[in-house]
Amino acid sequence: MSRLHIETTVNGEPAEFLCAADETLLSGLRNGLGLTGTKEGCGTGDCGACSVIMNDRLVASCLVLAAEAQGQSVTTIEGIASGTTLHPLQQAFLEEAALQCGICTPGFIVAAKALLDVNPEPTEEQVRYWLAGNLCRCTGYDKIVRAVLEAAGEMRSATV
Amino acid sequence: MHTVRYEAPGTIAGALDIMASAPGAMVLAGGTDLLVQYQSGLKRPAVFLDVKRIPEMMAIVVDADGATIGAAAPAAVICADRTLQAWYPGLVEGVHLIGSTQIQGRGSIGGNLCNGSPAADSVCALIADRAVARIAGPTGTREVPVEAFMRGPGRTALAPGELLVAVRLPKPAPHTADAYQRLIPRSEMDIAVASCGVSLTFDATGTCTAARVAIGAVAPTPLLVLDAAAALVGTTVDPEALDRAAAAASAAAHPIDDRRGTAAYRRTVVGVLTKRVAALAAARAKER
Ligand SMILES: Cc1cc2nc3c(=O)[nH]c(=O)nc-3n(C[C@H](O)[C@H](O)[C@H](O)COP(=O)(O)OP(=O)(O)OC[C@H]3O[C@@H](n4cnc5c(N)ncnc54)[C@H](O)[C@@H]3O)c2cc1C
Ligand code: FES
Ligand code: FES
Repeated sequence: MSRLHIETTVNGEPAEFLCAADETLLSGLRNGLGLTGTKEGCGTGDCGACSVIMNDRLVASCLVLAAEAQGQSVTTIEGIASGTTLHPLQQAFLEEAALQCGICTPGFIVAAKALLDVNPEPTEEQVRYWLAGNLCRCTGYDKIVRAVLEAAGEMRSATV
Repeated sequence: MHTVRYEAPGTIAGALDIMASAPGAMVLAGGTDLLVQYQSGLKRPAVFLDVKRIPEMMAIVVDADGATIGAAAPAAVICADRTLQAWYPGLVEGVHLIGSTQIQGRGSIGGNLCNGSPAADSVCALIADRAVARIAGPTGTREVPVEAFMRGPGRTALAPGELLVAVRLPKPAPHTADAYQRLIPRSEMDIAVASCGVSLTFDATGTCTAARVAIGAVAPTPLLVLDAAAALVGTTVDPEALDRAAAAASAAAHPIDDRRGTAAYRRTVVGVLTKRVAALAAARAKER
């Protein structure tokens, strides 16, 4: 089968890769571009491990075709830190011990970033509802929610 | 080996051409139903026909007489639209219940309708709001009321080669409001056991002059229940009228037993929901 040549923007940089017509964006990122930070949990939109931001909206990359990324802009977990400086969310996840095995963590951090982009001061309830599509088998969620609230506070105090 | 193509035309005409030349083409809106069904082998498209590069299918257009919501506009965009929030809070409630934030980033009303689930969360409010499906096909365009669009699980009024372009909603009359609720076994991320959407209009004295009641997940398609609406019109939507509407909704339901609930349970619950949702729509309408 002939492969499609996709030109897109990933984490602010131009990127190109080849994919099959039915290949997912998740696969395009991991296998086409070698960006393996985005994880596959379920492949059916239920777990959020594959979360990326596409044109300012949070999506499950397992339910996006790689070909759809043509000319669009995608942010993955690899684009969250600035160089070697961790994003406040990443720092807070470490400090609050908000991860154990870690497979869900990139998805949670990307999803939480998308929340803080639109709502810098979320309530605990808003964080829990926003992250309802991200599943974690290990932590019991409390530490994750605390880390997101912590990072949000950190980011607000950094901007005043 | 099964080979599939990917096409992303920029116009309705371009999409219709592809559908005409490749009968196995399937529309790809948000993909939150289609790609799940593709991965599991349930659907085998010859072409993924991505319609998200067609401006009319992504747009939300508000004018003096109503709103036109592009069939492929993502739930997240619909829920953030101030006019839709103000005019159709019940529709926004329903759309907001479609899956997680990630699903909201992609899932559309067109996909929710065309997937044909009796439990689809946008549909009862669309029916209550008198929405019409705008369809384009090889012989031109036509309009079908949403209650007639749904034909059975996985089946719609679309003929082969036809495309749902948008849904059109009339602007609510004065003292009109809608509401939508569903029952699910947990607080988020589940499929409705039963659901209800209601739109009510009142006159200046507080008497209900028009009503639409739609119920979901309790029959092969969402149902418009005329008897439930008739129980409310001419009343102040008092407790007795609500009881009669609830009884009418339960009587219209013909649910099945499945692992989410028995038929008897669904029939009871849809009555309870009808009461609650009608009371909520009434409270909203009276504030207007
Ligand atoms: C984790 C998860 C949770 C979910 N939760 C809910 C929920 O709570 N409530 C709910 O109602 N749904 C839920 N869904 C189902 C799904 O998200 C919705 O039905 C959504 O609205 C589908 O829209 P879409 O744009 O993604 O459709 P797609 O998957 O793109 O399309 C669905 C079907 O409709 C056809 N189609 C789409 N658009 C058109 C068109 N314009 N013209 C003709 N045919 C068309 C496609 O070919 C396909 O067969 C969930 C799905 C997932 C994966
Ligand atoms: S891998 Fe995409 S949601 Fe689970
Ligand atoms: S840390 Fe293991 S799944 Fe979340």
